[in-house]
Amino acid sequence: MGSDLLKVDRLFFSYHTLNGETKALQNLSFSVKEGEFLAIVGPSGCGKSTILSLIAGLMPPEDGGITFYGKNGKKPGIGYMLQHDHLFEWRNIWQNVTLGLEIQHRLTPENKKKVEKMLEDYGLSGFAHKKPSELSGGMRQRAALIRTLALEPEILLLDEPFSALDYQTRLTVSADIARIIKKAGKTVILITHDLSEAVSLADRILVLSHRPAHVKAEFTIRLTLPDDSLLAARKAPEYGAYFNQIWEELSNENT
Amino acid sequence: MKILKTMSIAQQDYIRAHNRHHRFIRYSRLAVLIVFLAVWEICANLQIIDSFFFSSPSRVAACFLSMVRDKSLFTHIGVTLLETVASFLLVTLLSLAAATLLWSSKKLSEVLEPYLVILNSLPKSALAPLLIVWLGTGINTIIVAGISVAVFGAIISLYTGFMQVDPEKLKLIATLGGTRRDTFFKVVLPACIPNILSNMKVNIGLALVGVIIGEFLAARRGLGYLIIYGSQVFSCRAQMTKMNKAISP
Repeated sequence: MGSDLLKVDRLFFSYHTLNGETKALQNLSFSVKEGEFLAIVGPSGCGKSTILSLIAGLMPPEDGGITFYGKNGKKPGIGYMLQHDHLFEWRNIWQNVTLGLEIQHRLTPENKKKVEKMLEDYGLSGFAHKKPSELSGGMRQRAALIRTLALEPEILLLDEPFSALDYQTRLTVSADIARIIKKAGKTVILITHDLSEAVSLADRILVLSHRPAHVKAEFTIRLTLPDDSLLAARKAPEYGAYFNQIWEELSNENT
Repeated sequence: MKILKTMSIAQQDYIRAHNRHHRFIRYSRLAVLIVFLAVWEICANLQIIDSFFFSSPSRVAACFLSMVRDKSLFTHIGVTLLETVASFLLVTLLSLAAATLLWSSKKLSEVLEPYLVILNSLPKSALAPLLIVWLGTGINTIIVAGISVAVFGAIISLYTGFMQVDPEKLKLIATLGGTRRDTFFKVVLPACIPNILSNMKVNIGLALVGVIIGEFLAARRGLGYLIIYGSQVFSCRAQMTKMNKAISP
């Protein structure tokens, strides 16, 4: 793992309605290293998704700053995966995975080749001309991942991307997607409310407080993997201890 | 029946029951129509109802045939059809353009919303005499009358459809670096195709209503003109035929 790629410094953010102000983030600071897989867990409605929207630049922060340390001083590319795959039914899989390239007018022959390669690597090459509804939940998630990776982002923001899947699919798909992302050497920030998912996938976990959210605790995860199966992380001897510690932190927060 | 042999008994029974059900529905529907026409005819013949005011199926049929023979019916149907199609196409274009404009500017849509509701609830037949004053008694007036009945409702329903597109899908376009224009053409418009199609189905009916209203007042040809002409010369038979034609073109 390299140097810091992203630094969030004393971030403040509130939502405004006529009925008043809802403070979402208060004095939130953390940093992410290059190639790191960071998971953020917290009570529901604590403003986890807000953090990603701010990092992606969809909204400006109220106060505080987000600094990127990209190569050659450039801002690193950011990919964002939402809770649902949002594959469009009126486009086939190929048209869906190339949507980002199409929007950014980067649908060059070499980029097309890269996307074809990804479809092949992730077992979707035979499905390019199928409609999204003809694919299983796991395959749809991979297609959504390819759509994000096609723009070659350095940082991936995952906003509970597996929450719409049923439990069994979710176990394999999350491990599968995490493996793909780690292999590609991407930096990841994963938002989740599923502790087991966080412990099994992440290098480091931030526990957030209730709204307005700030970092309450931080855990560095080191698992001894018994084998290299998809669910190996969940069989690691340290898994239970981490799970309980984080559970403890969160339940204190809930009472 | 070859397929039937490979099916289990229960499946065969199910399919037979299904077919029987649909046959029953089809024949019943036909029976309702026949009974209605028969009762009407009998009542007219036995003078239970006054056939001068209520006509009768046989008289309506005779009138229809005579108009078919002198071919006048086809001219009138043709004129009404042309006017309806023209106003339908214009309604579709205008309402899509207006709904797009409203979608693209939140301020504009908020300013104009009450006016759209008022214009939509305005009784358009009251507007028709004004249209004659403004536009004369030609085909233009009738097409505009057809448009006026359908267009405001179409704008409201299309705009509502545009605004109901899943905001998460709009967010997706934003995360991929898309503009407002990308959002409209890549998400909003394709997502609303079913909505647009059902809207068009409603519009064609409303355009016909508007065209008939226009023809009542400002035409020398067309089904609306025939209905008015028939009622003015007290030919209830002719009127009934045309009303039948008008509601089932």
